[in-house]
Amino acid sequence: MIEISDLTVRFGGVTPIDGVSLRFPGGTCGLIGPNGAGKTTLFNVLSGFVSPTSGSVRAFGDDLLAMPHYRRARWGLRRTFQTEQAIEALSVFDNVAMVHEHTGGRRSRRRREVLDAIGLVGLEVDPGELVGTLGARERRLVEIARAVVGEPRVVLLDEPAAGLPEEETEHLGRMIRRIPGERGALVVLVDHDMSLVSACCEITAVLDFGHLIASGPTPEVLRDERVRRAYLGTEEEL
Amino acid sequence: MGAPPSSDGSRAPARPLPGAGVERRTVAEGAGVAVFLALALFGVPALRNGYWELVLQTSAIYTIVALSLALLLGRVGMISLGQVALLAIGGWIALRLGFATTMPFLVVVFVTGLITGVLGTLIGLPALRLSGLHLALITLMFAAAITLLLEATQFPNGGGGFLGHSVLTTAPSVLHRPGFASDDAAYYRLVVVATGLMFLLVVAHVRSRAGRAWAAIRQSEAAALAAGVNVTLYKLWALALASFMTGVAGGLLAASGGGLTVYQFPTQNSIILLAVVLMGGIFSLWGPVVAGLLFEALPALLRTWGLPADLLTILFGLGVLQVQLTAAAGLASQVPRDLARLARLLGGAMGRRRGQELPG
Repeated sequence: MIEISDLTVRFGGVTPIDGVSLRFPGGTCGLIGPNGAGKTTLFNVLSGFVSPTSGSVRAFGDDLLAMPHYRRARWGLRRTFQTEQAIEALSVFDNVAMVHEHTGGRRSRRRREVLDAIGLVGLEVDPGELVGTLGARERRLVEIARAVVGEPRVVLLDEPAAGLPEEETEHLGRMIRRIPGERGALVVLVDHDMSLVSACCEITAVLDFGHLIASGPTPEVLRDERVRRAYLGTEEEL
Repeated sequence: MGAPPSSDGSRAPARPLPGAGVERRTVAEGAGVAVFLALALFGVPALRNGYWELVLQTSAIYTIVALSLALLLGRVGMISLGQVALLAIGGWIALRLGFATTMPFLVVVFVTGLITGVLGTLIGLPALRLSGLHLALITLMFAAAITLLLEATQFPNGGGGFLGHSVLTTAPSVLHRPGFASDDAAYYRLVVVATGLMFLLVVAHVRSRAGRAWAAIRQSEAAALAAGVNVTLYKLWALALASFMTGVAGGLLAASGGGLTVYQFPTQNSIILLAVVLMGGIFSLWGPVVAGLLFEALPALLRTWGLPADLLTILFGLGVLQVQLTAAAGLASQVPRDLARLARLLGGAMGRRRGQELPG
């Protein structure tokens, strides 16, 4: 469970997150909102790239904000990036293995757990292949395999479906739904593809201009009048 | 460049690691290294040409310095323009230790590496938060400061005090070679072996946890942090390793010829080193070998041909331009690729001619 209380982030005169209190209970949770709503900033606070002006974040009882960012990965916080960040110079195996070895994974279990993560995301390439030679879809899957290897507790997925064709998105959705069960991790999914969010998330929270405007069971949230208005403002289809 | 197929159904998902193609390439590379080492160790001394032996010996030493810069630049993404200054520091420390203690030569060189490693890391410490141009500028300033400092202190030549330099004696600042490598040919071989060991050290690092962390840092510090990499620690580690190797090179240089002089380490040499390292290539391990040869052997070649050494600045300028425009991975990967292309072209031309001749 992640419990965010009264979180505010201010950059000079801009306030991308303004007094947000929010609970992600478990399973796969959605976080949606128009561009500039503060979704990625919230991820950056959770992973430590942005220090909030005020507020607190507790995850499974631990104070997340008190940990240096590289320690959060060891604690079990993983994330993917909007612009995919698989390491080009390393092989698929080494990409996943480096997360395993830097987050306290046991050496004796490394090979098995790394191949296991590669299998979970459904990556069907030679693990010895260099990531630099892979296509966009596979690189994204490598990044997700990096996020689920070993013992993750919280997996933050930042627009994993961006740029993927529809049938790939369906495959991605099936895979994301398996993460909480198979890994015991809480998944937070940010995406603009509402079919993916409805397919994966029981609970969804909506941000707009740094404010929480709705949260609750996904179908109800997507029917919410304020949510529709926020999206209509940016010509997003629901 | 033919990109390998990524996800055709014919591939089994869990193939043994690494792939068979990688193994074949490793064997070919190993053979290449073995032939090169054999030529360097036995071919060069067999020529019995003292001048070129000395030139290639200093080339090997500068190959170590180039390797340290290529490690920082190519593997971690840190740019340093202070490596030649660190080399001078390494030389100074080795001479100081050599004159002050009775430690055997190899121990002196190793301890020099360690001390230089610590110094290089300390110097890099404030620079850690900087990157790119700022880090380059800071390290260049450091190199300039060291050049000035050396002009005041000179290299130790057996004098007293902490600086160990005496103006009263004309003794050269040279480190005593070990008994088993006192003649030029033997010392040359020792330097080649030491260079080989430095390469092994780098390969061992690149293939380990540290190398994977560096690869992540080079691509994106955010991704590295998200993967749990302690970015500061691994950057310091890279600085320490690069400084250690440069210190060892300094120790080897201190015993190489007629002794160290301040004029061997002008500040601009750090920039020229960057140029040759970029020309050689920062991603391939052959790159530093090419760089070392460009830095030391090419000027010697120009001298024997009676051409002015200033030509080098122009050549290196054009060279960097050429490499950056046509092959960012440097000569070490460009030359084999172009040769392979040429071979294919020739092979294709021959095949076509034969094809034409056969029916006719």
